[in-house]
Amino acid sequence: MSDLAINVRQMTRCFGKNIAVDHLDLQIPRGTIYGFLGPNGCGKSTSIRMLTGLLTPTSGEVEVLGQRLPQYAEALRLRIGYMTQKFSLYDNLSIRENLSFVAQIYGLNSRQSRERVNELLALYALDKRQTQLAGSLSGGQKQRLALAAATLHHPNLLFLDEPTSAVDPENRREFWERLFDLCNAGTTILVSTHYMDEAERCHALAILENGIKRADGSPAELMATLGAHVLEVEGDDLRTLKSQLTQCPQVLSTAQLGTRLRVLVRDQTEQPQQWLQAQVNGRRIEAVRPSLEDVFVACTGQHSVSSATARAGSDSEQGERHV
Amino acid sequence: MFEYRVNSNPLIATWRRVAAIVVKEIRQLARDRMTFGMIVMIPLVQLLLFGYAINTDVRHIPAGLVDLSQSSYSRELIAMTEASQTVDFVRVYASAQEAEQAIIRGDVKAVLYLPADLGQRLSVHPAFNRDSGHSNSQTLQPVGQWLVDGGDTVIAASIRSLRQLPLDTLAGRTLKDNVPTFEVVQFFNPEQRSVVNIVPGLLAIILTMTMIMFTSAAIVREREQGNMEFLIATPVKPMELMIGKIVPYVLVGLIQVGIILGIGHLLFSVPVRGGLLTLLVAALLFIFASLTLGLVISTIAKTQLQAMQMTVFILMPSILLSGFMFPYEAMPQLAQVISEALPATHFMRMVRGIVLRDALLWDLQRDALWLAAFTLGGLAFAALRFKKRLD
Ligand SMILES: Nc1ncnc2c1ncn2[C@@H]1O[C@H](COP(=O)(O)OP(=O)(O)OP(=O)(O)O)[C@@H](O)[C@H]1O
Ligand SMILES: [Mg+2]
Repeated sequence: MSDLAINVRQMTRCFGKNIAVDHLDLQIPRGTIYGFLGPNGCGKSTSIRMLTGLLTPTSGEVEVLGQRLPQYAEALRLRIGYMTQKFSLYDNLSIRENLSFVAQIYGLNSRQSRERVNELLALYALDKRQTQLAGSLSGGQKQRLALAAATLHHPNLLFLDEPTSAVDPENRREFWERLFDLCNAGTTILVSTHYMDEAERCHALAILENGIKRADGSPAELMATLGAHVLEVEGDDLRTLKSQLTQCPQVLSTAQLGTRLRVLVRDQTEQPQQWLQAQVNGRRIEAVRPSLEDVFVACTGQHSVSSATARAGSDSEQGERHV
Repeated sequence: MFEYRVNSNPLIATWRRVAAIVVKEIRQLARDRMTFGMIVMIPLVQLLLFGYAINTDVRHIPAGLVDLSQSSYSRELIAMTEASQTVDFVRVYASAQEAEQAIIRGDVKAVLYLPADLGQRLSVHPAFNRDSGHSNSQTLQPVGQWLVDGGDTVIAASIRSLRQLPLDTLAGRTLKDNVPTFEVVQFFNPEQRSVVNIVPGLLAIILTMTMIMFTSAAIVREREQGNMEFLIATPVKPMELMIGKIVPYVLVGLIQVGIILGIGHLLFSVPVRGGLLTLLVAALLFIFASLTLGLVISTIAKTQLQAMQMTVFILMPSILLSGFMFPYEAMPQLAQVISEALPATHFMRMVRGIVLRDALLWDLQRDALWLAAFTLGGLAFAALRFKKRLD
């Protein structure tokens, strides 16, 4: 048996003329947490739907848990769990009713079902509201319920499509604790996100843009092989400096962080620090450790939406950095 | 690694999944107060409407009168006409022109015109004077005239039935002298009340409406509310989903059958001559067929609105062509072909047979088999059309 949970070669999916996923290659080892990082519309959900057998690839080969898709999609249903991007349990059923329904669908008898549901209610701190209708739950509660439902049948492989988009940082941390528990028990997890801090928690990740994989590897590898130097300029009138630097071909991107300007200077530039010093009229310059966000920007040439306001280096974690 | 080894027996797993869907549907239905209310209100209101308001036995039509003769004959003729209860003379006009104006204005639906020479006309009329020797109907003058608003065909038809008012009593003879050409022997429904025919028919129409409506939304709703993506990622099989969606509504259908027949019996004294068991089997066959038809719609429609439109598209011919409104035998051939394709037609025949004629299932086997075949075919079609795919 292969030690890859997911093995994908040249997976492509077109919608009419649009190419949603473009010749994607993926090798995801068993027992790891793998991330899909990318902006809206980059093909994260489409990829996951192909990997769960819900969409047929236009071309390419897909092997999940050693089984070929789409031929063996039905056989895989018992071994994979899928938490959809949009809440897809029943709004007019209570938490317990939803979970019991899922348990029965997966073939548990009533005793097994009751035990497993109780276990999950306790694990995801939902036991106090088990009779509340799912439609009236908060974003974080809904997300915990959805995770409970997706993991109810102990899947070997779990797909989570933007599981934390409606969840505060505190709950998000708690959520990731559960994911590491599952991973520890042997579950392979594929999670899509557009949060940098979540991507950094993955064992490995792929950065997607317009359906194309721009880079992949562990966060550390990605940061180490970043094709740019990261420098921060401190001083005043940074807006003018920013627009001036953006013109230079040596500069990959700039982003203001409070009183500092984070500048990515291309690797090809010789003596990048000296070069930049010459551009900044005596403002102070400091070389900093690259963050995953820098990797993302370098890979996609995209500016992140909130980089101007969010945190600086990779030293703290509380920022909600969006792509 | 731990893995559930639950369903060694696939039949047990199938049974659990169907049960899961049935329980889920019932829970959702129970939470939906509006739908729950409609299950009871639709048959109730329709039955009262059709039973009381929509009466095809026309009585007491407001009519006008022009009596130029003012004779004892005319007074007696008027009294006889009113005694038939078909018309009530509510206005009196001085001339034919005035009466015509009244009809145009809509004051009355019909006017009886009795000419000044009524006595003279009567004396030569064969219905009055058997010995008049007047046999040439070409030159025979009628005794009086009805002016009728033809816009309403039901009223016009009722007035037309007054044309042959027998004049024997007027002439001082007893009615038994009147020798009918044909003898009519009335089987079933001796009082000729249309409600006796309408209630069983209404059963077919109401079930068509509610059953198709419930399931036609069933699959689309899951799609529209975003539940489908989760559901198709589970091991549930299309046929299990279809059966699970149908079963709860079979119960709903039976409740409605109970309401309609119960009230029909209590309020309108509609007899149930046939066996209740036969009726139950027929109703079940039709409920299954209608629910299946709804499911087929549900797998075709993209939105709940589309499902609703397609339901109406089926409902209209079911009301008009199933034999509910017009007798099947009197329809043009094309209409009969369409009619045969509707489950409602087959049930209409069965239920009228059972309720009014005490027919046995054996006598109705063709319609029963048709409904059963329709259900199986429809289920297979819906399950095949339903793909556990998003593309
Ligand atoms: N059913 C569909 N028909 C046509 N185009 C589609 C369909 N599904 C997705 N697409 C297109 O494919 C592209 C990728 O969509 P996808 O939903 O995979 O993005 P995503 O990465 O999940 O985005 P988000 O972060 O917003 O969820 C988009 O351009 C989208 O418009
Ligand atoms: Mg998505």
